[in-house]
Amino acid sequence: MATRIRRSAAPVVALTPSILIVLLAYVGTMLWTIWISFTSSRLLPVNSFAGSAQYERLFGDPRWLLAVQNLALFGVLFIGICLVLGFLLAVAIDQRVRAEDSLRTIFLYPHALSFIVTGLVWQWMMNPTLGIQESIQALGWTSFRFDWVVRRDMAIYAVVIAGVWQSAGLVMALMLAGLRGVDEELWKAARVDGIPTWRVYVSIVLPLLKPMIVTSVVLLSIAVVKVYDLVVALTNGGPGTATAVPAKFVMDYLFERQNIGLAASASTVMLVTVLCVLAPWLYSEYFRKAKGSAA
Amino acid sequence: MLKLMRSALAGAAMTCAFVSGAGAQEPLRAEVMHWWTSGGEAAAVKVFADAYTKAGGTWVDSAVAGGQNLRAAAINRIVGGNPPTSSQFNTGRQFDDLVGQGLLIDLDAVASENKWSDAIPGPIVEAASRDGKFYAVPVNIHGQNWMFFNAEAFKNAGIAEAPKTFDEFFAAMDKLKAAGLTPIAWGGQPWQEALVFDAVLLGQGGKELFFKVYRDKDAEAIQSDDFKRVAETFHRMRDYVDAGAPGRNWNDATAMVITGKAGVQIMGDWAKGDFIAAGMTPGEQAGCALVPGNNGYVMGGDVFVFPKLGDAPTQGQALLAKTMLDPEVQIAFNKVKGSIPVRTDVDTSSMDACAQEGAALVKDEANQVPSVNFLVSADTVGALQDTITSYFNDASATPEDFAANFADVMSAAD
Repeated sequence: MATRIRRSAAPVVALTPSILIVLLAYVGTMLWTIWISFTSSRLLPVNSFAGSAQYERLFGDPRWLLAVQNLALFGVLFIGICLVLGFLLAVAIDQRVRAEDSLRTIFLYPHALSFIVTGLVWQWMMNPTLGIQESIQALGWTSFRFDWVVRRDMAIYAVVIAGVWQSAGLVMALMLAGLRGVDEELWKAARVDGIPTWRVYVSIVLPLLKPMIVTSVVLLSIAVVKVYDLVVALTNGGPGTATAVPAKFVMDYLFERQNIGLAASASTVMLVTVLCVLAPWLYSEYFRKAKGSAA
Repeated sequence: MLKLMRSALAGAAMTCAFVSGAGAQEPLRAEVMHWWTSGGEAAAVKVFADAYTKAGGTWVDSAVAGGQNLRAAAINRIVGGNPPTSSQFNTGRQFDDLVGQGLLIDLDAVASENKWSDAIPGPIVEAASRDGKFYAVPVNIHGQNWMFFNAEAFKNAGIAEAPKTFDEFFAAMDKLKAAGLTPIAWGGQPWQEALVFDAVLLGQGGKELFFKVYRDKDAEAIQSDDFKRVAETFHRMRDYVDAGAPGRNWNDATAMVITGKAGVQIMGDWAKGDFIAAGMTPGEQAGCALVPGNNGYVMGGDVFVFPKLGDAPTQGQALLAKTMLDPEVQIAFNKVKGSIPVRTDVDTSSMDACAQEGAALVKDEANQVPSVNFLVSADTVGALQDTITSYFNDASATPEDFAANFADVMSAAD
């Protein structure tokens, strides 16, 4: 027993600093944020307990409620379209097309840009007085309209377009790696049995790609929750408050609007939501399986 | 080669001397944090720097682009125990908490010695003071209800003079529209839309309603027909705005007026700088008039606060505060900045026509209207912007709903 403790002491000692850093830097600040969300802090953090006042105000704020709705809408569309488009692109490239390397680079290239750049470029392209609409109208098709970015009801879809443009390439790269890992024998067998190609993709290849899909969803979900720079550069939350997102709400109240308490309560809600959505799912994806295989 | 080496060495030696000199605590060394980084702004802050140097001090410039970024940086340094000598804020309630936490020094000694209260308009004195003591040095007054127009475009469209009522205003806008222009150069960002709304609230609703709404937070006044009429007038401007307005920066909107694509822009007087840079003289090619209706000058501006470094302002802080409000410095600074002097006792005859008009207005107490930033917290200002921008950008929104939402925000305001 004693030797076992001594033997395990070395790794514990070695890991202690990093564990402490993790506890202080991540868990500590998280707990502090949660505490601040229950105070009446304004410009500076203070420790005067205010109960759930910040949360009451938060859920009475139409902009916050809109931001939450927008995030859900953006999340579903962005992740869905990225997965479908990424998969189709990967399948297309997997047909051993010519210039595969160049195509792969081109599709993946947008992901190398920051969301700020993506947002700005798309802002120019979608601005009805500067971009696509103006150029096509100048060509003679005067009734052509593409003004989503300045329309309250459509602006959030404009954000989705820019987001998909940026991230579909990443999904493609992941899926392509998965496709290349599919055993050639499977294809041969399917061909012998005379199964149509699309059927092979849907019923055999897609289930095999599950780990890639999970990875893509996790990566895209993280991008969704923290979407801020894309919205700031593309619409700055407008027109009006039409493209409000939670991260922008937090940033606005944290700095310009000098209400740390409200900002902290909004970030706490974001944190709890992410935990609630991701935790059970990740648990079932990884831990239960690991336990099952260990047993 | 040898010569080059020698001068390089001399340069290095001088740098060392400078560094060690700066390290020693000179009493009159002042590190000033500000966000004035664009061409005209930097030139304006140089007026302060030169005046301070002339008065015997050493000015250390510490600029950060963007007001929000600068304020965050300054607050971090003040709270973190490494405060600058002085830092910039907007006139109003932005530094409430810093005073509340005892992090700023009161400047009452300097203020009473130099009789600031006599020379500065009441609302500005109030905005710079807490509990009757000066905690900030206001350095300028930016008028926020100006209407700048392209004089040539007005003439070509057959508009003889700047509109004085809202009926005339919309008639003029119709003429501009008929002439093929975008009538109003609209900057579709929340703060700009709120600025226009406040101008209309003062212009059409009058000073009394303005104060009832923003100072007294009077729910009845917000639900009144007068307020709804203001809301209607504001919403009506939608018809005179182009499709590219949402998200547009104010200076891009100004450029539309400069190039003659648009007729008029409602903006603060900082827009003058862009007109001047484009070779248009304010009051001539670039016409200026207050937003129509009831007169009054919506006053905003900048202040400098002085973090607590001891029981009293340091020598450097006192000298800096005094220098910034020196009558001559005030004129020179505000000429470059585009604002008007915060002192009403200086001779403004050397300033441009618009500034002179503004300065003349501010002399009369009846025209002094504080901007919303003086009256409610930054938090409430933001929530109001959300309400105003949602209303303006929604074609089907009604004044009734808007008034209800507005009243909601003001009922929680502080």
